[in-house]
Amino acid sequence: MEIKTNSKLEKVLKGGHIAVSSECGPPRSSDASGIIKKGHLIKNHVDCINITDNQTSVTRLCSLAACIHLKNEGLEPVLQMVVRDRNRIALQSDILGAASFGINSMLCLSGDHQSFGDHPKAQNVFDLDSMQLLQTVRYMRDEGKFLGGDTIKEPPNIFVGAAANPFADPFKIRVPRLAKKIAAGAEFIQTQCVYNLDKFELWMKGVVERGLHEKVFIMAGITPMRSVGMAKYMARAVPGMDVPEELIKRLSGVAKDKQAEEGLTIAVEAIERLKECTGVRGFHIMAIEWEEKVPEIVERSGLYPRPKID
Amino acid sequence: MIVGEQKPFDEIWEMVKGHKQLTVFGCNTCVAVCHQGGNKEAEILASLLRMRATQEGLEIEIKNGGIERQCEHPFFESAKELLDQSEAVLSLACGIGVQFVAEKYMSTPVYPALNTTFLGDVKQDGFFTEKCQACGDCVLGVTGGVCPVSRCCKRLFNGPCGGSSNGKCEISKDIDCAWQLVVDRLEALGKLDDYEKLAPIKDWSKDRAGGPRSFKLEDF
Repeated sequence: MEIKTNSKLEKVLKGGHIAVSSECGPPRSSDASGIIKKGHLIKNHVDCINITDNQTSVTRLCSLAACIHLKNEGLEPVLQMVVRDRNRIALQSDILGAASFGINSMLCLSGDHQSFGDHPKAQNVFDLDSMQLLQTVRYMRDEGKFLGGDTIKEPPNIFVGAAANPFADPFKIRVPRLAKKIAAGAEFIQTQCVYNLDKFELWMKGVVERGLHEKVFIMAGITPMRSVGMAKYMARAVPGMDVPEELIKRLSGVAKDKQAEEGLTIAVEAIERLKECTGVRGFHIMAIEWEEKVPEIVERSGLYPRPKID
Repeated sequence: MIVGEQKPFDEIWEMVKGHKQLTVFGCNTCVAVCHQGGNKEAEILASLLRMRATQEGLEIEIKNGGIERQCEHPFFESAKELLDQSEAVLSLACGIGVQFVAEKYMSTPVYPALNTTFLGDVKQDGFFTEKCQACGDCVLGVTGGVCPVSRCCKRLFNGPCGGSSNGKCEISKDIDCAWQLVVDRLEALGKLDDYEKLAPIKDWSKDRAGGPRSFKLEDF
């Protein structure tokens, strides 16, 4: 397959390997040492590291700056960009800025509503939606133009992805919605955390039936549970999250000091099962504030060592 | 119609208590339908203010009145004398009416008694819901008659987001997911395939973003 960008993720995926990405959240501080440390903890076990963009609408050090910090350390960041906080001028400006630092991959998202975060009284922007941001990146890269029509002297050369949540409603449009994101320009997909494997496989069946798995690289989202409390919280309070009752029962069935270990085992089992699922081309491991466990998950899942890419 | 909600009484009182004379002035169209700003509500609010003035030992002459619409000149004829003699006006109109009065009476302080909340419908008696944000470029023809600008909290043109759950929005179980409604409508119309058509990037210059808007009939 033709390699279009310098994205390591693109090279791994198009090289036919099962890709592994992870995710780090920037600090609520001007001190970036924490995220640099997180990056180094996992760098040998993943192909790239997503940097979240003010996730859950809580103000943090910006994704672009955090990506630059990782890039300066020789790591491979994926810039997450939400359309909640910036209009098309700022988005395009940041895309150019990212490309100027050699940030080669980005993930286009709508972003959680600001009512969830630390500034619920903020205005939201949503000048574009996530699909239109995908279109924008592809237009800038492939046509070498700004949305306004002017030529970009040196277009940003970025591998572009989107999120997909097979567990949100209405389920009947979740496959068409993926098709729509592909039509908008998505080259890779990182899904919402997969706990309900049956439902995920049902969604993937629909994806494969339409041949969409041949048009986009789908990476299944994996988040290990640290405790039964976390599982119950995610089931109850996180919109669009599907945590089956059996998983909660399984975690409840082990002693409190063994629940984290059980959570890791569940994550490893999920990866092993989904490796066999047609169309799954990688895993996006989101160990929320538990990054130190990413290497263990990757090793236990047989995804280590990672391929060497020039 | 335009929906408004009366401001908290204490906030209203703080705005007007410094005057010696005040006219509480209703607008008997949109904001009367939602029982917040009609001439009847003006009468009630004036009584409450008189009582408060008495309680606080302040001498304020408080009159009340109203017209059908505070956003058109001809309706003001009947209230000319009342307004001409007013030291200050507490308008129960929407923000349009308040500004219209202010423009007409350059040297008279005008205060808003309502917060203008949204453009909406009367879903059932006493229950009003937002349906339009006057974005200036209506897309209802392709969204099954459901407005993504006013009814999706992220105003997504290619929704729903990943937070749609059991037909409800991620921000509240009391808010319908607009895109669930779009999908339901498209399905009922036999046009679910249209869901996959990408909505073009919106021209927000026709919205508030493009500056204050106006519309002139050349024949008038």
